[in-house]
Amino acid sequence: MKTLAFDSTNAICGAVFLILGGFFTYQSLTLDLGTALRMGPGYFPLLLALILMLLGIVVLVQSVRVSGEPLGPIALRGMAFILPAPVFFGLTVRGLGFVPALFFTALIAAFASSRMKPTMALMLAAAITLFSVAVFSYALGLPFQRFGPWVRF
Amino acid sequence: MELFSNLALGFATAASPENLLFCLIGVLLGTLIGVLPGIGATATIAMLLPITFQLEPVSSLIMLAGIYYGAQYGGSTTAILINMPGESSSAVTAIDGYQMARKGRAGAALSIAALGSFFAGTVSTFLVALFAIPLTGIALKFGAAEYFSLMIVGLVSSVALAHGSVVKALAMVSLGLLLGLVGTDIYTGTPRFTLGIREYADGLNFVAVAVGVFGIAEILRNLEGEKTRSVLVQKVSGLWPTRDDFRRMAAPVLRGTAIGSALGILPGGGAILAAFASYTVEKRVSDKPEEFGHGAIAGVAGPESANNAGAQTSFIPLLTLGIPANPVMALMVGAMIIQGIVPGPNVASEQPALFWGIIASMWIGNLMLVVLNLPLIGLWVKLLTIPYYVLFPIIMAFCSIGVYSVNSNVYDLYAVAFFGLAGYLLVKLRCEPAPLLLGFVLGPLLEENLRRAMILSRGDPTTFITRPISATLLLIALAVLVIVFLPSVKAKREEVFQEED
Repeated sequence: MKTLAFDSTNAICGAVFLILGGFFTYQSLTLDLGTALRMGPGYFPLLLALILMLLGIVVLVQSVRVSGEPLGPIALRGMAFILPAPVFFGLTVRGLGFVPALFFTALIAAFASSRMKPTMALMLAAAITLFSVAVFSYALGLPFQRFGPWVRF
Repeated sequence: MELFSNLALGFATAASPENLLFCLIGVLLGTLIGVLPGIGATATIAMLLPITFQLEPVSSLIMLAGIYYGAQYGGSTTAILINMPGESSSAVTAIDGYQMARKGRAGAALSIAALGSFFAGTVSTFLVALFAIPLTGIALKFGAAEYFSLMIVGLVSSVALAHGSVVKALAMVSLGLLLGLVGTDIYTGTPRFTLGIREYADGLNFVAVAVGVFGIAEILRNLEGEKTRSVLVQKVSGLWPTRDDFRRMAAPVLRGTAIGSALGILPGGGAILAAFASYTVEKRVSDKPEEFGHGAIAGVAGPESANNAGAQTSFIPLLTLGIPANPVMALMVGAMIIQGIVPGPNVASEQPALFWGIIASMWIGNLMLVVLNLPLIGLWVKLLTIPYYVLFPIIMAFCSIGVYSVNSNVYDLYAVAFFGLAGYLLVKLRCEPAPLLLGFVLGPLLEENLRRAMILSRGDPTTFITRPISATLLLIALAVLVIVFLPSVKAKREEVFQEED
């Protein structure tokens, strides 16, 4: 029996390129393609998307019958806390205002490391907030509301 | 002499007290972040980019250039002290620099790196000033077809110098170009790939993409396996190289400067190539090649000079043609566009103070590195002992503020998170993000010039090969691709990038 070995990293990679290429191809086809003389908005992206799909296929084919290195550890905890931090800032900076939004953003990000202790995180977030308000809000004069409508009495 | 009056104008601009201050802040901040292990020059600049936007265009670009030199120098410091190069261009320094540090000569290695860089920076700044104007003249002859072909050369070279698979790097370029096209089509006003989100009609924010793909992705990568770093040297002493050191570093520095200046002009990442080339040359010409890998002074002095000279001359294609030669220059283009400056041959004539100010600030930035950073080495070493988990909440907070302050668009922050995730996954899939960023910046320019060239030639695609400059450029691009795919070069290339990991 033949065992089908393949480089899983590259297989996933090829598949990702194919899917992305497919997405852009589909989207480009809904746009006006135009002609080579007067290219429409869809012409150049369609060309690129097709190239991307082609390259995806090449990566996929190359991945068969070679064993490669595995993916390695994935920073799940990091992703769970780092990525929501800017999203939280975006969601609350207008409502809560600059000061509370930044404090919680720093606090969320602080928990990405398993070594961070709660008290340390609180202190760090407070220090970051204090420093940023002094530098960005007062010294540089960025037009942020320090406290937004949600927390105003 | 026109050159000297131009340089005088540049120094007058760059040496104004506030610009000096911003240059200083830039150098310090750049070193501060760049010295953090695992964070290279590109990531450093991406993270610090937003804070420069509140300034005047000249000050902002001068500060950014300062950040660049600082980050590069910080990267070398980390490479020498803990053998963890933040950027591939300082990977070569780590080979012999770290060995020197193990032998208790960390101080000398750091000074040699700084002094070599300074010398190289001085020479190459002069070269930039010398060549900028004639090259601008050539650039003005460029039509749409030539620009298109030149950008192809840039993209292909970035592929050749990326780590790992060439096919993947090509795919990353295509993906970057596609992402660059998100937004409103300039000719027809049709929104493209915006998924119906009105906030993306102006395109994806360049800062958000850069911070996400480089900054956030690097943080995540560093969070993977949290290890305690061991700093080799707690106190750096014996900073000043001995007379013998000076004698042994002189020739490598000169050769490194020459190699770096020549290779830096090439689009696609000259500084990295320059460092490798210089190391190979030094090893070959040395009468004691067995010393290399065990703390050879030439192995630090040569590549560091080449690296810095290359970093400097890579400003030439940017300032004259508006074409970024590497991801760092791509960040510069983004910054210039946000400041309302269209990089290209017209900058020199329309905004001479800006143009020459940047060139002069290159030299001032290098001088500050030597004068300030050498005495501050003790501080940087201390910084290496700060645990990482304290640093990245700070980085995240500043990135959030920075990205939001560019346009006050909250969707940019969502894009940061999205591209952070995407960048991290792509790194995990062993794809290099640098070609993606270059593609992202060049995407709209490439499309515009392609469409314009096709209209000018009445739909005849042979215009790209019948115009001599364009044809030559395309031939160069083709040659680079063929060379990269040649079996012998392919093997050699893999070997080179293996050494680095």
